[in-house]
Amino acid sequence: MLDAYSAETLARVQFAFTVSFHIIFPAFSIGLASYLAVLNALWLRTRDETYFVLFNYWKKIFAVAFGMGVVSGVVMSYQFGTNWAAFSDKAGPVVGPLMAYEVLSAFFLEAGFLGIMLFGRRRVGDGLHMFATAMVAFGTLLSATWILSVNSWMQTPQGFAMNDVGQFIPVDWWAIVFSPSFPYRLLHMVLAAYLTTALVVGAVGALHLLRDRQDRPSRRMFSMAMWMLAVVTPLQIVAGDFHGINTLEHQPAKVMAMEGHFDSHENGAPLILFGIPNQAEKRVDYAIQIPKLSSLILKHNLNAPLDGLDTIPDEDEPPVAIVFFSFRIMVALGFAMLGLGLWGLWARYRRRLYDAPMLHRAALVMGPTGFIAVLAGWITTEVGRQPFTVYGLLRTSDSLAPVAAPAVATSLIAFIVVYFFVFGAGTYYILRMMGHAVVPESRDALRKEAPTRAAGTTPVAQYDARTKEPRHAGS
Amino acid sequence: MLGLELSFIWAGIIALAVLIYVILDGFDLGVGLLFPLTKDEQERNVMMNSISPIWDGNETWLVLGGGGLFAVFPLAYAVVMPALYMPIILMLLGLIFRGVAFEYRWRTKRWKPLWDLAFFGGSLVAALCQGIALGALVQGIEIENRVYAGGWWDWLTPFSLLTGVAVTVGYAMLGATWLNMKLEGRIQRHMRRLAWPFALATLVFMALVSLWTPFQQAEYFGRWFAWPAMLFSGVVPVLVVLASLGLLQGLRRQMDVRPFLCAQSLFILGFIGIGISFYPNIVPPSLTIAEAAAPDESLLFTLVGTLVLLPMILGYTAYAYWVFRGKVDPEEGYH
Ligand code: HDD
Ligand code: HEM
Ligand code: HEM
Repeated sequence: MLDAYSAETLARVQFAFTVSFHIIFPAFSIGLASYLAVLNALWLRTRDETYFVLFNYWKKIFAVAFGMGVVSGVVMSYQFGTNWAAFSDKAGPVVGPLMAYEVLSAFFLEAGFLGIMLFGRRRVGDGLHMFATAMVAFGTLLSATWILSVNSWMQTPQGFAMNDVGQFIPVDWWAIVFSPSFPYRLLHMVLAAYLTTALVVGAVGALHLLRDRQDRPSRRMFSMAMWMLAVVTPLQIVAGDFHGINTLEHQPAKVMAMEGHFDSHENGAPLILFGIPNQAEKRVDYAIQIPKLSSLILKHNLNAPLDGLDTIPDEDEPPVAIVFFSFRIMVALGFAMLGLGLWGLWARYRRRLYDAPMLHRAALVMGPTGFIAVLAGWITTEVGRQPFTVYGLLRTSDSLAPVAAPAVATSLIAFIVVYFFVFGAGTYYILRMMGHAVVPESRDALRKEAPTRAAGTTPVAQYDARTKEPRHAGS
Repeated sequence: MLGLELSFIWAGIIALAVLIYVILDGFDLGVGLLFPLTKDEQERNVMMNSISPIWDGNETWLVLGGGGLFAVFPLAYAVVMPALYMPIILMLLGLIFRGVAFEYRWRTKRWKPLWDLAFFGGSLVAALCQGIALGALVQGIEIENRVYAGGWWDWLTPFSLLTGVAVTVGYAMLGATWLNMKLEGRIQRHMRRLAWPFALATLVFMALVSLWTPFQQAEYFGRWFAWPAMLFSGVVPVLVVLASLGLLQGLRRQMDVRPFLCAQSLFILGFIGIGISFYPNIVPPSLTIAEAAAPDESLLFTLVGTLVLLPMILGYTAYAYWVFRGKVDPEEGYH
């Protein structure tokens, strides 16, 4: 069945498939690692058990998500060689060192302190445990920094020369690490990870509030998530706008595809809200558009001229429809998140944050939208830079490894089967953990261990017993 | 001149990273290999808990091996990965199954046996593929014009299958001696018993591979059996004999730590032996360290950070091992 496809197509599908799975886990674990660090810090500072209970609840979920992130990431780091060997040979001298720094500075840090964070509270004491938790969070952010630096250099390359065997040779490392699109991409991605996590935490809080409005931990996490949403979504939209303006400067063809501008406009380009791009006929069918708004957004001037894809040679054009739609999905979800954040603020102002079933239902439905927006964003970015891997310099078709199509097809099928099975199971376990109320067992524990005590004041030692925190022999 | 020296320093660092990987992940893959040899659920729980806090750090050395090769020897990376396409992909799939099993098996009652099987199967496939990849590399990889020039089944030969089995058996020995060191009571006795056959089999396989390797390429033969070189490389087999004696004696005397250290020494010596055969190639038979190296700018830039970060990594890795030192408490674990 897959015989009909070339090794190139198969390798592209394989890369897109594996990296799309991979990014789902970092998007969640970057945000969740920071959330855990915050929860733990709040617990240490206030000694309010709610934070401790929440920490242990999310810690287990984090462990599963992080595990999936690690195993899908290891695949990524070998995939450059197996499928994109020509790219590795040529771009390796520039992007390889950045990835090596990612391993050395970020991956080891995460992995080294993860064990202590998950298993070591009793062994190392609160202070060092807090340090380990913070290091895991810091590691995930460092990792994002380096890998986005790599990706940004591939999008907006600079600071290099070519040698006689066709390799990119680093000339100015500062320029390479801080390529023009890097600050925008990093900010946009980290905010995306925080938003994704806030939406998930908010959805879980909402779910449990729908079941029991009084539940303290659920109230706390819902409130935290709603604050996060209200603050970060506007920032994300502004960051996205700046990102787009930066892209217009460095990768104009991508913006033309995002906007669906097949034609140049001398005097103010319209914003196409919706339509169906028709690349063969070079027009957008059924377009619904607002005159001049695109120029206003991108140039901050109603009458500014904007070039269209008619200025780009056909063989350098990205696939317009994918970019056009994925961009719209991301932006629409961004505004939906903004709506949810504002609704949360309004409910809080009316003092009905925990007493608003419609809001809780909306938050529940919005739970997975962060992941969708992240995927849509990456698809916009990556498909929009086609047909190049190093923008304008190295074509995707010249990046390929010398592997036979059947080999790529076989491994692709294996990845698809294994990923759906393994990550499907993991997702199911995570959802099931999220479905459990935060402290169901604590009620049992209460009954069993402290029958005389009133609910809500369970001493910490009993939460410990319930969550089976590591106990050092003798302590 | 500088370039030459830098590339050799880097070859040393990459070799070190791979060696540390083998030393660290070898025993935790070995624990996976031993999983089906016990029927007792409690035993399996403790076996896994002995490595849960550290396995991720161990595996990161593999990422450094791959990522480091990409950074400083991009040509070697670009040639080796397509040549070993199948074993690498299978290894990655194996690592997926075993990696998720650490968490999944605690999250389900009904499917626990399935994830235990995944832990074993993933470890087995990963270990076999690593051994096969090693054998395929020793056999040599065909290159033309900076590109791999062979087919996608070239890695499969009797020799690479032999190294595959050898590495797997060796990992099982490492796993058993690790568990002998970390566990107590009945489980420890069980693991010590298991260590015997794996240790003996490892020695047999090491001998077979060592005898066969010099015949893979004329150069290897020269390295081991030409006269002055033999003086130096002859030290390795002598040390191997000493380590084997230490291992078997340690097991007989029911020692905790010595069998593990001697078993690790065997791996280190085997690794040095391979290093002697390879030098000065990075990918036998024709790609040398100097040819495969990235330009000086890349080597230097990466080296500066590595010299700062590597000692830090070794420091906090050692600290993490220290935190979880001593015998594993069967009651421990956060699940
Ligand atoms: C913006 C964030 C981001 C992006 C775009 C990527 N990753 Fe990733 N990656 C992470 C953020 C991250 C992380 C947050 O650091 C992870 C997720 C869970 C984890 O364990 O660390 C991770 C894990 C992770 C691991 C396992 C690390 C370990 O052993 O602990 C590897 C080898 C990679 N990644 C490699 C890649 C490659 C080659 C990518 C590009 C093609 C890539 N990642 C994209
Ligand atoms: C993690 C988020 C990412 C996602 C979801 C993603 C998604 C994609 C997708 C969908 C494609 C296919 C485009 C096409 O062929 O039309 C692609 C291509 C590519 N991406 Fe990314 N990408 C991500 C990050 C990265 C990073 C960080 C790098 C570099 C380090 C990278 C390197 C590449 C390369 C080399 C290609 C070209 C091969 C191909 O066309 O498939 N990607 N990516
Ligand atoms: C609503 C306002 C938003 C705007 C105007 C916007 C704008 C953009 C633009 C222009 C790009 C492409 C950058 C390029 O490669 O040239 C992009 C990429 C991306 N977007 Fe958005 N975005 C918005 C909302 C969101 C939201 C809500 C999320 C996720 C929660 C998100 C996640 C991403 C991701 C992950 C990427 C790919 C990585 C990157 O290039 O930064 N975006 N966005």
